[in-house]
Amino acid sequence: MITGTPKPIEEILEMLEPYDNIILAGCYGCVTVCRVGGDKEVQVLASTVRLAREAAGKKIEIKEVCLERQCDPEYLEPMRPYVEDYQAVLSIACGAGIQFMAEKFARTPLLPGINTGFLGVTERQGEWTERCQGCGDCVLHLTGGICPVTRCAKSLFHGPCGGSVQGICEVSKETKCGWQLIIDRLKALDQMDNYGKIKPYKGWDSSRDGGPRRIIREDMV
Amino acid sequence: MKSGSNLERVLEAGHFAVTAECGPPRGADPEVVLKKAELVKGNVDACNVTDNQTSVVRMSSVAGCMLVKQSGTEPLLQMVVRDRNRIALQSDLLGASALGIRNLLCLSGDHQKFGDDPQAKNVFDIDSIQLIHLVKTMRDEGLFPSGEKLEGAPKFYIGCAVNPFADPFEIRVPRLKLKVDAGADFVQTQCIYNMEKFKRYMEDACRQGLPERVKILAGVTPLKSAGMAKFMNRMVAGIEIPEEIIKRIADEPKDKQAAKGIEICIEQIQEVREMEGIAGVHVMAIEWEEKLNEIIGGAGLLPRPILAL
Amino acid sequence: MLPCTGRIDEAILLKAFEKGADGVMVIGCLEGDCHYVNGNIRARARVERVYRILEQIDIGPERIRMYNLSAGEGSKFAAFTSEFVEQVVKLGPSPINLARQREAQVS
Repeated sequence: MITGTPKPIEEILEMLEPYDNIILAGCYGCVTVCRVGGDKEVQVLASTVRLAREAAGKKIEIKEVCLERQCDPEYLEPMRPYVEDYQAVLSIACGAGIQFMAEKFARTPLLPGINTGFLGVTERQGEWTERCQGCGDCVLHLTGGICPVTRCAKSLFHGPCGGSVQGICEVSKETKCGWQLIIDRLKALDQMDNYGKIKPYKGWDSSRDGGPRRIIREDMV
Repeated sequence: MKSGSNLERVLEAGHFAVTAECGPPRGADPEVVLKKAELVKGNVDACNVTDNQTSVVRMSSVAGCMLVKQSGTEPLLQMVVRDRNRIALQSDLLGASALGIRNLLCLSGDHQKFGDDPQAKNVFDIDSIQLIHLVKTMRDEGLFPSGEKLEGAPKFYIGCAVNPFADPFEIRVPRLKLKVDAGADFVQTQCIYNMEKFKRYMEDACRQGLPERVKILAGVTPLKSAGMAKFMNRMVAGIEIPEEIIKRIADEPKDKQAAKGIEICIEQIQEVREMEGIAGVHVMAIEWEEKLNEIIGGAGLLPRPILAL
Repeated sequence: MLPCTGRIDEAILLKAFEKGADGVMVIGCLEGDCHYVNGNIRARARVERVYRILEQIDIGPERIRMYNLSAGEGSKFAAFTSEFVEQVVKLGPSPINLARQREAQVS
């Protein structure tokens, strides 16, 4: 899922300073699952903003909505009839959703209410960790199902570096050494042969470095 | 000869090689490098110039190398893949070779988190093993990795670094083998204090026949005080200083600790010299270059051989 | 009607302040004694989150508090309530209510 963290309320209030009526839009996709941009978060953020603004003597009207997904056009369309009745949209969907909405509603300013994080998993309630950078050229079959690009702080293809101590990465005590994980798993799978091979330079052109990406599935278009 | 560097000639002639290192300054003053280089001169076969080590911004290693060269010592260029993508790496390699730098050490580089600019974007386009492969392709095949032909191949004696003490221990020799397979001519190790563990590492390396394929220079660092030893033990990843060594230094009064550190360093050099598969020593006297002569001389490694081209 | 403090969430608590409450008292069962296993523990975490929100937006975090009581502790309930009411009275009207009073005066 795409994870995220709420922006500090001061930052949101600063963004909202010029406006006195807005739409606050959540999303029932990933951000609902990681508890940063769903229906409930819309309600809490709307109340918080209203309270802060009223206490400061600058009341704000907030229309609370939560869309099925902000990254699909059909779920954005129902907003079209009323979106221009409001001065701005504060969206707490991921960066993709926010941008898509901005493209669809060209005359309405879009404000981000969260900081979009990474493609990750739920370790437990309240803890998410990164697994994938969407580099567009998966090598998990060679690395025991653990991604060197994402899990190694240096994205090494032949790790671990000298900064690996007892399975922990030098970057932080909370970070496991990705290459220790890879080696442990290769051993468990009896695939250590994979370790001894020199891997070709990675083609980052399939990653973000090739510019904004596009997927065209001819069979579906 | 692959590069014709002095270091290559010394090693190929079967001499026990000696290298040291100079960290360039945190500023543009060439005098700092020239002063250090003066202390190194005559004591080594080549002198490493570090590349923004621990991600702390310093004068560029290519510039540092040129200053070392100017003062009469053969430079050894350290190059990390943290800050340069493959375009910049290739370009800097060509430039360094054009300026007469003949030794190269291919490194990953410490994570930027530890330096001045923890918010910097890191690169890691290719890793250090792929850099070895890249340099070797350029040198031996006269080709860019893209397949295009070079107008003049760069000439480098290609080195890599290993840390025999990082985890997991059992992967350390296989990882060295990867570097040798990629094309490393020599290797400099992280500083060694735990001789027992290093012996096991070398035995394993010998079983794999690695010393026949790569010249291994054992790294040593003299300890200035018991405090420094404890600090390094605690703070530097992959450094293990046995209690016994710390105790030997701590047992001395404060003003004698440095002398004891040097004595121990000399013993360590003599010990690694006896080890099968060790071709030289890399003395990292961090900000203590004035002691290099005493250490290297004390270990009976002076004068350094002068070999004709 | 809520069957358990476990159903209370941050939105409900904040709504009370929007509706004009100067203080909100949440009373749950004794910890370890929840009919729904840990409803009161969840409520405590949510009250804490609202506490932080009120702090951030300068409404005053001491306007919300959670108490734990059993159904048989009538006198304790009364004592806690008096204590909290006294605290809120001391704090005076919430900044929201002050703003509303000012607005009423102007109009």
